Amino acid sequence: MLRTVNAPLIEARNLRVYFYVKKGALGKRGIVKAVDGVDLVIEEKGIVTLVGESGCGKTTLGKTIAGLLRPTSGEILFRGKSVAKMNKKEYMEYRRSVQIVHQDPYASLNPTKTVFQALSYPLTRWKLVRSRAEAEERVKELLRLVGLTPPEEFMRKYPHQLSGGQRQRVVIARAISVNPSLVVADEPITMIDVSLRLGILDLLLRLREELGTAYLFITHDFGAARYFSAKGGGVIAVMYLGKIVEIGPAEEVIQHPLHPYTKALIDAVPVPDPEISRKKRMPPLRSLDIPSPLNPPPGCKFHTRCPDAMPVCAKKEPPLIEARPGHYVACWLYTK
Amino acid sequence: MRTAEPIIEIRGLSTVYYSLRGLVKAVDNVSFSVIRGEVLGIVGESGSGKSTLSMSILRVLPLNARIVAGSIMYNGTDLVKLPEQEMKKIRWHKISLVPQAALNALNPTMKIKEHFIETAKYHGIRDKKSIVEKASELLELLRLEPPRVLESYPHELSGGMKQRVLIALALLLDPEVLILDEPTTALDVLTQRAILDLLKDLRKKIDITMIFITHDIAVIADLADRVAVMYAGKIVEIGDVFTVFKSPYHPYTRALIRSIPSIIGSVEEMKPIPGSPPDLVNPPPGCRFHPRCSEKLPICSEKEPPIVEVKPGHMVYCWLYAKR
Ligand SMILES: Nc1ncnc2c1ncn2[C@@H]1O[C@H](COP(=O)(O)OP(=O)(O)OP(=O)(O)O)[C@@H](O)[C@H]1O
Ligand SMILES: Nc1ncnc2c1ncn2[C@@H]1O[C@H](COP(=O)(O)OP(=O)(O)O)[C@@H](O)[C@H]1O
Ligand code: SF4
Ligand code: SF4
Ligand SMILES: [Mg+2]
Ligand SMILES: [Mg+2]
Repeated sequence: MLRTVNAPLIEARNLRVYFYVKKGALGKRGIVKAVDGVDLVIEEKGIVTLVGESGCGKTTLGKTIAGLLRPTSGEILFRGKSVAKMNKKEYMEYRRSVQIVHQDPYASLNPTKTVFQALSYPLTRWKLVRSRAEAEERVKELLRLVGLTPPEEFMRKYPHQLSGGQRQRVVIARAISVNPSLVVADEPITMIDVSLRLGILDLLLRLREELGTAYLFITHDFGAARYFSAKGGGVIAVMYLGKIVEIGPAEEVIQHPLHPYTKALIDAVPVPDPEISRKKRMPPLRSLDIPSPLNPPPGCKFHTRCPDAMPVCAKKEPPLIEARPGHYVACWLYTK
Repeated sequence: MRTAEPIIEIRGLSTVYYSLRGLVKAVDNVSFSVIRGEVLGIVGESGSGKSTLSMSILRVLPLNARIVAGSIMYNGTDLVKLPEQEMKKIRWHKISLVPQAALNALNPTMKIKEHFIETAKYHGIRDKKSIVEKASELLELLRLEPPRVLESYPHELSGGMKQRVLIALALLLDPEVLILDEPTTALDVLTQRAILDLLKDLRKKIDITMIFITHDIAVIADLADRVAVMYAGKIVEIGDVFTVFKSPYHPYTRALIRSIPSIIGSVEEMKPIPGSPPDLVNPPPGCRFHPRCSEKLPICSEKEPPIVEVKPGHMVYCWLYAKR
């Protein structure tokens, strides 16, 4: 069980999300174990950043936590209550409290709706405003919060009249409009100009100060993961083939990674300093390719690539243990 | 790099798009040289004109685009003026391009082997046996198993494998210059590292000049000998990679380096650049960076900055360094 300081807002317990797919041309059925036994706690106002290679299950985990996908097994607890056991009223409250920001700010806004329409819709849907005047006031307040001023001007615009960064701000304003306690931000900066990315992350951090929102931030970029979690005093969780293999305080995970997979990723990532970056070389992995999620290796899922693999690794799955204070790892190297 | 002999010299190049919104000045009065044997990195934000520049060099621009000024000298000929028939002898034979997002451009119904054969055929080479031999040699150089990969369809390969196939395809006719447009952008960290290592090995094994285009300055730091920084259709700074990273002169280069969240350096010193990149239909007058620049002078919004050589071979387009 993971220890926390603040009260847990969301807990995932032994969460599994499987997809049943056709395998190859023969049409044989296969199972993609996109999330395969995840334990995770997000505290009130907490920050958890999920990193990992494409296809490791980040989006699936994020969507499941936001209630957009149903777990195959395991459970999600919202403020201590299992989502599966909620009555309608409690379930609605949970769905309002957990909002998601998707990667693509272009696809997430309807091109035929103005910013005002986009932002007032959730307010009316969740009955948070009673009149048009009230909606206008709230939309203006939201636009000011996300730095789109003057709000009177932005309210009237259509998505095509906004830059990528401005669109993402509108999407964020929409997510916070219903006063969520958790925002799942799935790659919110990937499609944004590099010079504006930190601005979006800073905005999310500022909103946490002002509104007390917790975040599940999803990214494949270790630099962005570090920035967001380190500045916000949060943790970084590293995923591999549906499992969290390491989780701990941001700078700890980046400067002193424990899991051989995290080490490999951090060793490999280029850095904006020629002296340091040129010394980097491909870590001595036994294979470059991620195994197919349709046929993941038994035992530790990383053993087919791990330079430190031992006989036990192919047989038994390592448990997630606390190797240093607050820093957890699932690897037999750390289990006596 | 043995000698500093230029292989490509670009002077005053301007390329525009005719769009419904007006004239997009995507590449505007750009001048630089590519030195034989080097890896020249071109870095800039999305929309700064990097891809347009690479397509201009090979004249493979979309139909609504036109080179409106400047010259591209290669081996004593101006590629801008070269008749299309002659240009065909340059493309792939002499200068090869791996376009951005080419991963999806491989024909899904064709085996990799056929991609090599068709490419060679298009360029007038029909001896299948020697093409397959050459392809195998190149795939091996890029650490792919030739027999398996040649018999594969694109969907059977991972993103990193497809990217290596595309590089091998571009090298098929032994070009002198290889242009890579965002070749690692869609790839995971480990695959990106593998490609960077391969490109470094490649230049030890064959004679090649590379132009490497990316929006990721860390990749430039890792691989390039020199770097050209683009902003809003212009090159604003160009110089040796070590010098530019250690002491960037142009306010944009400085701000860009600061705006990258990295696993090294202090998080407190990382800062976004205020404002956003301009619309190239209506770029700001004077220095195009002036609305976002923290060091701007009165003249910056009026007149285009001159080119200043701040150190030998290190050029900056900025009023701060002009002798007035
Ligand atoms: N609806 C679906 N049907 C079948 N398989 C799916 C579905 N959604 C996701 N998957 C598979 O589940 C695995 C995890 O996918 P997911 O999108 O969660 O990964 P991710 O970590 O978010 O990747 P990326 O970094 O590329 O966004 C992948 O193998 C993916 O192909
Ligand atoms: N086919 C096109 N038609 C009109 N404008 C275009 C076209 N392609 C690119 N542009 C514009 O030209 C500018 C430079 O684009 P591009 O060369 O693709 O930049 P980069 O590769 O640096 O992202 C941008 O303003 C872009 O919107
Ligand atoms: S459990 Fe074994 S195979 Fe897995 S990461 Fe640790 S050492 Fe490597
Ligand atoms: S020319 Fe002026 S505005 Fe442009 S970068 Fe230099 S100081 Fe800044
Ligand atoms: Mg995803
Ligand atoms: Mg491009």
